[in-house]
Amino acid sequence: MKPTGPVPFDEMIDADGGIRPAYAGYRHWYDEQDRRWMATRGKEAEGAFRRAGITFNVYGDTAGQERLIPFDMIPRIITAQEWSQLGLGIEQRVKALNAFLHDLYHDREIVKAGIVPARLIEGNAAYLPAMEGFTPPGGVYTHIVGIDLVRTGPDEFLVLEDNARTPSGVSYMLENRETMMAMFPELFAQVPVQPVSDYPRSLARSLAASPPAAFNGHRPTVAVLTPGIYNSAYYEHAFLADQMGAQLVEGSDLQVVDGRVCMRTTRGWCAIDVLYRRVDDDFLDPSVFNPTSVLGVPGIMEVYKNGGITIANAPGTGIADDKAIYSFMPEIVKFYTGEEPLLKNVTTWRCAEPDALAYVLDKLPELVVKEVHGSGGYGMLIGPTSSRGEIARFARKLRANPENYIAQPTLSLSTVPIFTKSGLSPRHLDLRPFVLVSPEGVTITPGGLTRVALKKGSLVVNSSQGGGTKDSWVLAE
Amino acid sequence: MTKSIMLGRSAWGIFWMARYLERAENTARLLDAGFRMALTRGDAHVRDEWKSVMIALGFDEPFAEKGGEFTGAAVSNYILRDTENPNSVLAMIDYARTNARSVRTAITREVWEATNETWMILREALARPARESNLGELLDLIRRQTTLVRGAMEGTMLRNDIFSFARIGTHIERADNTARIIDVKYNILLPGTDWVGSRLDISQWEMVLRAVGGERAFRWLNAGALDPKGIAEFMILDGRFPRSLAYSYSHVTSNMAWLAADYGQKLSAHGLLHAANARMAETTIADIFDQGLHEYITEFIETNQAIAEAIAADYRFIA
Repeated sequence: MKPTGPVPFDEMIDADGGIRPAYAGYRHWYDEQDRRWMATRGKEAEGAFRRAGITFNVYGDTAGQERLIPFDMIPRIITAQEWSQLGLGIEQRVKALNAFLHDLYHDREIVKAGIVPARLIEGNAAYLPAMEGFTPPGGVYTHIVGIDLVRTGPDEFLVLEDNARTPSGVSYMLENRETMMAMFPELFAQVPVQPVSDYPRSLARSLAASPPAAFNGHRPTVAVLTPGIYNSAYYEHAFLADQMGAQLVEGSDLQVVDGRVCMRTTRGWCAIDVLYRRVDDDFLDPSVFNPTSVLGVPGIMEVYKNGGITIANAPGTGIADDKAIYSFMPEIVKFYTGEEPLLKNVTTWRCAEPDALAYVLDKLPELVVKEVHGSGGYGMLIGPTSSRGEIARFARKLRANPENYIAQPTLSLSTVPIFTKSGLSPRHLDLRPFVLVSPEGVTITPGGLTRVALKKGSLVVNSSQGGGTKDSWVLAE
Repeated sequence: MTKSIMLGRSAWGIFWMARYLERAENTARLLDAGFRMALTRGDAHVRDEWKSVMIALGFDEPFAEKGGEFTGAAVSNYILRDTENPNSVLAMIDYARTNARSVRTAITREVWEATNETWMILREALARPARESNLGELLDLIRRQTTLVRGAMEGTMLRNDIFSFARIGTHIERADNTARIIDVKYNILLPGTDWVGSRLDISQWEMVLRAVGGERAFRWLNAGALDPKGIAEFMILDGRFPRSLAYSYSHVTSNMAWLAADYGQKLSAHGLLHAANARMAETTIADIFDQGLHEYITEFIETNQAIAEAIAADYRFIA
């Protein structure tokens, strides 16, 4: 028996069974294809992914286990008009995020104004006192942001979470498109899709636009810092470095020499101007943060604060990913931009507040409850699909530590069909557009990472829990 | 033109990627030679043949320790795929791929995909024990796949220091592998009383040549005749033969010269290499036999190792 509830919004097919305008061109093409031929192409695509080594490591698996994120060949399509509306909202939100981060580490006007409570900042593990009073080069905190959006209706896009720390997945946006174009070249001749391939160039330009004070050369030297080949996103780190023509460095390659962070090259030490780090704050500098870290560079924070290097994203931006902070985003956007937020948040109950906690405990079977610092879909409760026992156990954890949780209504996420042996079948999905911020402005690549739950009816799209991806199209005007 | 920036760790990675691929290929050649020998020889000698193959690879002791029998099946599986053997062909391919992954930005997409595909194909092919009936096919596959990677490197990589480090790695390894094959067989290459060679000698000589893929080339150059001194000269001093020590060193030398010019300086490895080349240039095969083939080869392997270590230090392969 299917759980009863509102019929989810399907992005391809309307209530009367007609094809929505965004998908008209695609369906015209699709209906002319032979399904068995499509299935063969799908198998070939998987082979291509394996050959290219587009794999991720699953934590907890035995070493050497590399898995593919399943790729579904039915694209997720957004019209140019929908996209330009989204773009305005994303730009507004990202600018507010940067203003918020600057304020948090300086005068805390937003706390003084009584909008965000000080307790969410003090004692938050993602808040770094080391950043107080310091302004990063170019005033940019979040060079790269991923905004997770869900859709619930024709004009209803909601922000599910902000990824201001180190958003990942952009290599899938790029590789999924490459794969689609290789599989179905004639499709792209029929349906005009805006390209995503400019992303690496935009990223390189965006990073180079915020050089540190110490930079005095012709072109800033950019490097990507990876934890190494056993990290789950290593493929992406290598891919981006390769596409940008940047060095892919590990902590063991780096050392502070004469007030600069330098990499050990075959010709000697060479200073890095901009470091796109894919290593968490905590591991960045063992002399300031986690002393056991071998992934970072001892002394990099001091160099940073003396203007010797740009770190992207800036240390301490992770506080903006906090789900309790998230619940204040509408007020944050309004506070810094003076405008009404264009993108809506999902209604969020902060369990730290007694009234909210009482409500959440009462409605637990209907709600989704998340840890405020959690990510990856771990440690959460999805009320409607949980057993009574699971709900009771979760309620005990919630009562014991209410400030660790927020709750949201179970959203009726939109669906787009996936390709199955028995034809098209709708599945729930989300969308993560990638946003670049530099002193020159905000750049949003038309598209993003669409994550799709492959299990029928499932709302969990995380790749670590059986989700897949789709190519995400924004149609040309 | 701007000089390329290369991490010491990347130079290290590409150097060893090339070495592991070369070693995998040479191991397959040596195993193939042993296999042919076993097919054409009486049982009494087969065990000794397999043992000498294992000695050349440095596997004889660990293999004996785990109670391995010197039979074709046991030896082949130990060399190709035994998980207890950290230097099996499969392990070598795995190391090569791990190195390629860690230097992903220093190699082209085609080189990476050829390496990754080689790993996928060989892992699949070596998932089950090798049998006599499919051993030839497996060894062919290993040679074909490593050739594919080399072709991708040759055809797509920029001719810069990255490429030089790969080539140096290939030829340092190749010289080492050829030298070890000579060393384990040096006694059959020493001039004996029976100058024409018994049937046994001839098949031994053929095996040595086959192990370096040189039996046809040698026959062609020598109008079909086989003689041990000529074989030793061919494998050590003949610059025309791509698996000879002289040929490998001419490539190590030209790539090291390229680095010296590009970096604007000669380093300690250049000095060692220069001395080694000078010695080789003034040595004849007669000198080598006078000195003692075994002594000559032992010294060569040690010098080769010292040059590899000097390169690693000079170019900051590790911190």
